[in-house]
Amino acid sequence: MITKIKGEQFYPSSVIGTVLRKLHIDTPLFIGLILACALSFLILYSASGQNTTVLIRQATRIGVAFVLMIVLAHINPRQFYRHSALLYVFGILLLIAVLVVGLVGKGAQRWLDLGFFRFQPSEMIKITTPMMIAWFLSGYSLPPKPKQLILAGLMITIPTVLIAKQPDLGTSLLVASSGATVLFFAGLSRRFMMATCAVLASLTPVLWHFMKDYQKGRVLTLLNPEADPMGRGYHIIQSKIAIGSGGVHGKGWLGSTQSKLDFLPESSTDFIFAVFAEEFGLLGCLALLILYLLIISRCLYIAVQAQDTYNRLLAGSLTFTFFVYVFVNIGMVIGILPVVGIPLPLISYGGTSMVTLLAGFGILMSIHTHRKFLPS
Amino acid sequence: MVRIYAIKDPLAENRIFLSRVVAIFIFILFVMIGLVARLIYLQITGYEHYSTMAKSNRIKSLPLSPTRGIIYDREGRVLAENIPSYSLELVPEQIKDLDNTLLRLQALLNISDEKIAQFLKQKKREKHFSSIPLLLRLTDEEVAKFSVVRPYFPGVDVHARLLRHYHYGLLTAHVVGYVGRINEKELKSLPVAQYRGTHHIGKMGIEKTYESQLHGQTGYAEIETNAQGRAIKTIASDDPIPGADIYLTLDIDLQKTVYDALEGQTGAAVAIEIKTGDVLAFISRPGFDPNPFVYGISQKAYNVLQQSADQPLFNRALRGQYPPGSTIKPFLGLAGMEYNVTEFKHKLFCPGFYQLPKFKHKYRDWKKRGHGLVDLNDAITQSCDVYFYNLAKTLGIDKIHDFLQQFGFGQKTGIDLVGEKAGLLPSKAWKRKNRNLPWYPGETLITGIGQGFIQVTPLQLARATATLANKGKVVSPHLVARIVNSNYTSTHSSTAETQINLKKRNVEDIISAMVNVIHGARGTARTLREGVDYQIAGKTGTAQVFTVKQEEKYEEEGLDKKLKDHALFMAFAPASEPQIAVAVIVENGGHGGSVAAPIAGKIMQQYLSPVSIVMGETVDH
Repeated sequence: MITKIKGEQFYPSSVIGTVLRKLHIDTPLFIGLILACALSFLILYSASGQNTTVLIRQATRIGVAFVLMIVLAHINPRQFYRHSALLYVFGILLLIAVLVVGLVGKGAQRWLDLGFFRFQPSEMIKITTPMMIAWFLSGYSLPPKPKQLILAGLMITIPTVLIAKQPDLGTSLLVASSGATVLFFAGLSRRFMMATCAVLASLTPVLWHFMKDYQKGRVLTLLNPEADPMGRGYHIIQSKIAIGSGGVHGKGWLGSTQSKLDFLPESSTDFIFAVFAEEFGLLGCLALLILYLLIISRCLYIAVQAQDTYNRLLAGSLTFTFFVYVFVNIGMVIGILPVVGIPLPLISYGGTSMVTLLAGFGILMSIHTHRKFLPS
Repeated sequence: MVRIYAIKDPLAENRIFLSRVVAIFIFILFVMIGLVARLIYLQITGYEHYSTMAKSNRIKSLPLSPTRGIIYDREGRVLAENIPSYSLELVPEQIKDLDNTLLRLQALLNISDEKIAQFLKQKKREKHFSSIPLLLRLTDEEVAKFSVVRPYFPGVDVHARLLRHYHYGLLTAHVVGYVGRINEKELKSLPVAQYRGTHHIGKMGIEKTYESQLHGQTGYAEIETNAQGRAIKTIASDDPIPGADIYLTLDIDLQKTVYDALEGQTGAAVAIEIKTGDVLAFISRPGFDPNPFVYGISQKAYNVLQQSADQPLFNRALRGQYPPGSTIKPFLGLAGMEYNVTEFKHKLFCPGFYQLPKFKHKYRDWKKRGHGLVDLNDAITQSCDVYFYNLAKTLGIDKIHDFLQQFGFGQKTGIDLVGEKAGLLPSKAWKRKNRNLPWYPGETLITGIGQGFIQVTPLQLARATATLANKGKVVSPHLVARIVNSNYTSTHSSTAETQINLKKRNVEDIISAMVNVIHGARGTARTLREGVDYQIAGKTGTAQVFTVKQEEKYEEEGLDKKLKDHALFMAFAPASEPQIAVAVIVENGGHGGSVAAPIAGKIMQQYLSPVSIVMGETVDH
């Protein structure tokens, strides 16, 4: 039973519904996220070797991320709109700060030490860049004109280059794609897209030239992991063994030998999908992909339902970024994309990406729950 | 922030956006289908392949090395056993910086570069994640030293392993031999699966001859391991079968007697039980301690052994080839009677030299004045050379060859030790074939007194003596009495016995002459009869190393030790009921009667009226 409340929104009439409504939470999306987090606990427990400390830490992070999500869901999207440029500039300044004074971890300079916690500005950029582009484009009539496209392109390039210099190729590509997605949703002409693709394709050798050796190695490894089975190829070979040996039904929860016996490195973080596939098999993988698809569908629905250009563009971009996460991570784990450090969204162990992702969902919920009701 | 809003067309924008969302959704669906297709490829098509790989990833088969069989003497006293000892072992795969770790260990435990090199060599041929010993036989102090700093050496650990130990090292080195680390050459010919967990292999002696029995069967354990190779649990196992225990015919008491009797000498002695062919004592001196070979002898210590003028590593009893000298005489005398060219009582005048008709050269007797009128008994008792020059000439070299061959001269005895030498029994055919020269009559003469081409090993001489004592029934010397496995015992069974066709009378005559060597009034080994209540039959021998020129006198005192004559003695006792046959050779010892005979006497004494010597006392550390 659907009730009209405050003349603005539809909510199921129940106690939970009331609570969720007060919290500005979108119920279907929320259920999807909760399910994904539940799966995360399940598989993390196994992948970490039944380590409850890992679970407690993950729970803490998820808790923090959910709080942030709800806080963001409460903020009226007008506020995001107003502060888009400011946040963008602030993010760029932080990126520069990282390059100057940042901490070095795992061979890259990505972190800012704020005393009480370490902060990775590139994560924030993943959200502020599409915000900026959406804000910029929504000031003009769509589709964007060439002059606007050039400016928007510049706005994407600056953070992309700064992050790539850290170096963090994975995140810089995510940022670029999140900005480009806004352009796509804004109605970028097909001819222009095709031209861009052609130019990018022709630039590949140049790009190859500028890539670092380890990055080249990753690409070469993807093409032929067996060339160096104990070195670069080891990771992807072990990952494929884990997935393949899972079969249709999987080895059962806690039954993975590849991660339990440490053959598969990073089984709790970037390669957790391999553990999932080994334990739950093809059927489990299908279920997980369907869950992702449902979350994406709901987000796209939110984007379609959004009531102004900025909100739409932002919602569409955040959704697609989420999908890119899923695709790049799984693609890497199943051996069709080179190894880049991107976690499996909502499942992998690790705080930063979880916070960014749920912040994005918070913005989506904000967009959805702050709509003005328009009679059809 | 103020912005000038452009005129917008919300409906058109909405339409564009919607179409883009649909496009994106379709794109996402396609990509998802692509992912699923890949998953199907991996999990359905590749399932067999990848699950096999996952299994081989985690399951390692680990060799369970068998315990090496124990070697006992004939009384069941342990000669070679396995004692637990601490070894410092490394698993290279678990060590981040191997070079650095080795350097630190070297500084800590004072390990030689040689040991490090040896370790690195071994590392190359070991399987991944196997524990490779760097140092064997750690002292308690070394164990303590390492234990303190163990946390700073991941992948390095002290293991208790069973190490071969030879209680009577010096006494048994040339018989029991020793085990040592498997080298590259041996590795190629070994059954790989059988030796996967084994680091040592028999290098010499019984340890080498009976390697396959002593080694046992390697077992296997299927172990689930993690990526670091650490064992998680055992899935299946096939227990190893320990090696068979070997009981030797050796009597360690007697062995010790012989060893001590040869103290300070370079030489060899072999004692054989006549009825069975059991080798009771088998000594080559100087000996060496085989134990350092087990845990890795240093190059320096090895060089000392290798370069020593006395050649302690050389097994004289098995491989030393010496002119038999006068010890050949009883056999030759027997040949003369068997071929009817002489009679026991036939007399010959010995003027102190012998000359071939038409030759000027004088073949001298050891006794310059000559022995006067001698029969065969006198010739053996007093070791008259002239008698045997004449006898040899009458027989001719080929008859000598054919007769002596029956006693095993010039042939390997077939004892169960590797590397035996055959000695040399010359004949016309042999000389033609090997030297491409005709046989000269003078060469027959000197063969008659055991000089010239003829060469025997101490073992051969002992065997021939035993065969003579056995009235021509050929004795086959052997060292292993029985091999005892968990489910069977195999006892030595002598191969088809050969009986040399001899006249009983002749043999008895020769033996009586040999008894006179010790018990007769003019015997060359009269000293032996002191304090014995049984009769000994024997023959002394003095083999020339250095040829004295005509008209020159052999001056013992003035000669370099290396050019002195070899002293030989062969004997058996009791003469009436022969039990033990002995052959002794002392290199550059001088006279057989004064040097070699007393040693043989001690051996027979110990055997016939035994005194427990080594029981209960530790001879060797």
